[in-house]
Amino acid sequence: MTTLRINGENHKIDVPKDMPLLWAIRDIVGLTGTKYGCGKGLCGACKVLLDGSAVQSCQIPVSMAEGKEILTIEGESKNLQLLQKSWIEDNVAQCGFCQPGQLIAATSLLDKNKNPTDEEIETAMAGNICRCGTYQRIKKAIHKTVELKKQS
Amino acid sequence: MGVVKNISRRSFVKSIGLASGGLVLACNTSIFSNEEKAPENFTSFNPNLFVQLNSDGSLILVSSRSEMGNGVRTSLPSVIADEMEADWNRVSVQQATGDEKYGNQNTDGSKSIRLFFKPMLTMGAMAKAMLISAAAIKWKVPESECLAKNHFIIHTSGKKIAFGDLVEIAKTLETPSEDSLKFKNPKDYKYIGKGLQSVDAENISNGSAIYGLDKRLPNMKFATIAHCPVTFGTVKSFDKTEALKIAGVENVIEIKPVDRPFGTLGGIAVIATNTWAAIKGKEALVIEWDLGENKSYNSSIYLEEITKNVHKPGKVSKDKGNINNAFKNASRTIEATYQLPHLAHAPMEVPNTVAWYRNGVCDVWAPTQVAQTAREEVKEALQIELDKVTINVTLLGGGFGRKSKPDYVAEAAILSKETNNPIQVVWTREDDIKHDYLHTVSAQYFKASITKDNKISGWLHRFAFPSITSTFQKGVEYPGGWEINSASNLPYNVDNLRVEVGKAPAHVRIGWLRSVINLPHGFAINVFTDELAHETTTDPLEFRLNFLSKDKKAKKLQTNRLRNVLNIVAKNADYGKKLPEGHAYGIAIHKSFQSYVASIIEVSVINNKVTVHNVYIAIDCGLVVNRDTVIAQMEGSAIFGMSLAFYGKITAKDGEIEQSNFHDYQMARIHQTPKIHVEIVKSTKPPTGVGEPGVPVIAPAIVNAIFAATGKRIRKLPLIDEGFTV
Repeated sequence: MTTLRINGENHKIDVPKDMPLLWAIRDIVGLTGTKYGCGKGLCGACKVLLDGSAVQSCQIPVSMAEGKEILTIEGESKNLQLLQKSWIEDNVAQCGFCQPGQLIAATSLLDKNKNPTDEEIETAMAGNICRCGTYQRIKKAIHKTVELKKQS
Repeated sequence: MGVVKNISRRSFVKSIGLASGGLVLACNTSIFSNEEKAPENFTSFNPNLFVQLNSDGSLILVSSRSEMGNGVRTSLPSVIADEMEADWNRVSVQQATGDEKYGNQNTDGSKSIRLFFKPMLTMGAMAKAMLISAAAIKWKVPESECLAKNHFIIHTSGKKIAFGDLVEIAKTLETPSEDSLKFKNPKDYKYIGKGLQSVDAENISNGSAIYGLDKRLPNMKFATIAHCPVTFGTVKSFDKTEALKIAGVENVIEIKPVDRPFGTLGGIAVIATNTWAAIKGKEALVIEWDLGENKSYNSSIYLEEITKNVHKPGKVSKDKGNINNAFKNASRTIEATYQLPHLAHAPMEVPNTVAWYRNGVCDVWAPTQVAQTAREEVKEALQIELDKVTINVTLLGGGFGRKSKPDYVAEAAILSKETNNPIQVVWTREDDIKHDYLHTVSAQYFKASITKDNKISGWLHRFAFPSITSTFQKGVEYPGGWEINSASNLPYNVDNLRVEVGKAPAHVRIGWLRSVINLPHGFAINVFTDELAHETTTDPLEFRLNFLSKDKKAKKLQTNRLRNVLNIVAKNADYGKKLPEGHAYGIAIHKSFQSYVASIIEVSVINNKVTVHNVYIAIDCGLVVNRDTVIAQMEGSAIFGMSLAFYGKITAKDGEIEQSNFHDYQMARIHQTPKIHVEIVKSTKPPTGVGEPGVPVIAPAIVNAIFAATGKRIRKLPLIDEGFTV
């Protein structure tokens, strides 16, 4: 048995130790907000926070995630919720499939950097593919979130 | 005329999944387009648009089109709400299942707004008229003293009543004649032309939106399928021993190929309790394939073969004037050949479907652009009646034309029937790249004649590419007429024009990808035009403005609209200004899906590293329903166009697709994103396409800008194969 702590809740699951966290989250725990895009750590659709760092959950076996705090798109975090608000207000998403991964990557960025430059945003988000091409809006929505935080 | 019907009391309401009790209006949109008289008896009335107003004021609209980032679940409902004077906050959208009664559900060809704008307006106006009538009856006042505003009917005396409180009376009314309807003045539109937020934005952002991959059913199993590496190859034998040893793998089943355009390729399916086990199980299969007749397909050799075919006379498909005389009398001629590779769609959500077959009935949940075709495929695969198949359309994680080909849908249905379990079929990304309906590979040859006063007197365009028709009719070796029009409707003023097509048999499944044949045609025509500007030592903008036709033909092709968008981007880019060292502008214009688009793109090239700094893009797509969606589609088109210009290439070697995932089929990323400046032409003309027409102008404008910056002329994509980094 493996215990995964996801969004503040413990989930006891019986899976092979080498099962990627992505599939444990989606198929065993049943949280489908975290997406499969490539399975090879190339697209970022599966990103979750693992002890505060954004990781591609398709590349992390459950054995490595055990005992760590996992935050998915369904979870609660101040920066995540603020970013979600900006995402909605700015109509960032088109098809939306990659956006949970984008939001997790952006959350990790803002958790570590209160006021990222364009370049820092690009570096932090370069691992996330959006086939619809919403990058310009993603950048804008991250900047907007920073501004909202400054004002509040 | 009875085009719109009040069906509040009909049992039919249940069959479209609406709760009874409200005012339900239905209409048949095909009647709007054909202007046929509506059938009078209900049994032959085939409505495909539905509006339900409930007594609590909630307004439900059935969306018959698929949502894949095109914004259709927001745009079309907003048209009804606007014309009806409804409060947008009271609207909810219910997704239609795949059914002929909804009319055309094929969400491709950039045609949702084109087909449905007018019917939606009419539905809104009809509902509004009935609510006004209901209020007039209730208050015993003339209808002329009532008006609708923000979900209320208001009387001249100032009293008002909520829409919902009028439902009981409105339900009993006959629908008014279409001639009697009063439509809003477009300047009073509240939602149309503005930028309403997507109705799915919140669910997408919090992870609760349900795509096909997210559908779950009790006891559902997960399946992956090993398809033959070579298109149309078949299974000779297989050994499932090792696969069955994987924890979680429950079953291994052979799927026979179905010889239909959207039939399954067939293969070996691994069924497991989770996706990971199904993937591992697939890897553990030992399969001996009969690779079939496409095993010798090498796309790079093939491209050289079709290039030879465009260097010799082909079949003439358009011949205006006398091209040979033009060449003979020319002061000089110029020739160029362009080569473009296959492309894969690669939507972020891979092909997948959930199916549940039991007791002769099959329920399906699929991310599909073509719900009715998917239904037909399931019916054929299971050999059951059409009315036993229900296709529930989930959100699509991108489509771009891939999800117009429902080969993956029936696979789930077949496996569900075999196993008596609900099954989710998941294609891995590798499956997606290797077994796509590929965008065609193409060779295009041009020859133009230039007179001694520097005018273009002749234009020969000869091209060869495997046709999409080959997917529907095996053995087809030449393009269909609709794959030629974007070359033969040349918007330029040239007296002698010939278009010829060369032979090109297909060895993979060829399909339509966002913008379809406008990608190769738009690319080659725009780059060759640039070459002509250079050859005649004319500024590329000035050359195009002069070359755009002004004669009789121009009226039909509406080249004035192309000229207008070109002037707009020139103004927005401040064309002619001095750019930083190493920077240059490139231009492209193209009409497709009845819309007119121009782009000017600023690049810099330093040590062969291309950076795209600014994309100025203008579109004339007639009347705009959701302004923000149009802007988003143009922004997305720029990125989609950059991906294919920089990286886009799928190759086959010995019949097998060489690429497999995003490392060798790369996409443009955020650090490569330029500033994208979009202007939409203000227009009251009928709405035209938006999802696709932005893409064809991107790659040629980049290539033309690279030429302006470096003097290097690129005639082949992708750029990473031509000595550039990006």
